[in-house]
Amino acid sequence: MKWNLDNNMPIYLQLMEQIQRDIISGRYGPGDKLPSVRELAVEAAVNPNTMQKALSELERGNLVYSQRTSGRFITEDKELIKELKREQAGKYLAEFFENMRSLGLKEEEIRVLFEEAMKGEKKE
Amino acid sequence: MKPILECYGLSKTYGNGQWALSNLNLSLERGQIVGLLGPNGSGKTTLIKLINDLLVPSEGSIHIDGKLPGVETKKIISYLPERTYLTPSWKVRDLVSYFEDFYEDFKRERAQQMLEALGISLHARLRALSKGTREKVQLVMVMSREASLYILDEPIGGVDPAARDYILNTILTNYNENATILISTHLISDIEKILDRVIFLQNGQAVLNATVDEIRMEQKKSIDMLFREVFRC
Repeated sequence: MKWNLDNNMPIYLQLMEQIQRDIISGRYGPGDKLPSVRELAVEAAVNPNTMQKALSELERGNLVYSQRTSGRFITEDKELIKELKREQAGKYLAEFFENMRSLGLKEEEIRVLFEEAMKGEKKE
Repeated sequence: MKPILECYGLSKTYGNGQWALSNLNLSLERGQIVGLLGPNGSGKTTLIKLINDLLVPSEGSIHIDGKLPGVETKKIISYLPERTYLTPSWKVRDLVSYFEDFYEDFKRERAQQMLEALGISLHARLRALSKGTREKVQLVMVMSREASLYILDEPIGGVDPAARDYILNTILTNYNENATILISTHLISDIEKILDRVIFLQNGQAVLNATVDEIRMEQKKSIDMLFREVFRC
């Protein structure tokens, strides 16, 4: 997995986001086992305690669960994953509209541009 | 369990009327990687030498695992000094044996594995190695001990960025969960992601002692950026 960490946000939040993204995208499937804290920490080149915190937080949100002896697993609740996907898509859309409006574009103009871009994507 | 390191009212003067450390209070818990950061002359190396019983406090006290610095504390501290102390005529192999003789907690196998991963031959003579490679050898020795407290004074100063990554990886993979690592460095942006906590020293006093994520949360900036602000020249 590629880990991209920037400078301004708490590291554990960024780790959470990236693991969450991998769950949403299906890179980790429902019920899959996660690598150990140590393995993930080394891979992301972060402190194991920070990785631990990120995983505990995901656990609190029920996205992962741990089994005492065998490790941590991705939730089997597909609805929860779907819901997260919608939520994340919503965030991206809000960002998109904000950026477009900051260019002074009206709703109709955004729609036209959007549809043109969609056509372009399909051709490629 | 007691904190692994406790400093109380710790002060040190070299007799020139200046205080290298002045009334420093500090307590380090087990199982953390701690960055000891500060500009030149802020007291980092003085503190490290005091912890390692290479200097005696002028005032105040230090306890390591509840004990005063001495033979017993040296058994549980693995120390990487800023400068190399290796005998140039030795081979890497001799150094490994020396560490094995000297420290009960030294793990030969671990050292050999790391040296192999770095492509360093046991038969190489230390004199014949580059400065960066010698630094790596020394770090391998220090990290091959099963210590309770690791003190690394500028561990990544002299090596290239790729080797830096390997060294940080070595630190992450080799320390056990109950051990504490204290790292002093100027290269903050390279190591801040592996730190739990940072301590900023200024004029011999701790001006900041907080976790990395607390700082990022509150200040909305990295430790590196904060350091540049706090210590702007």
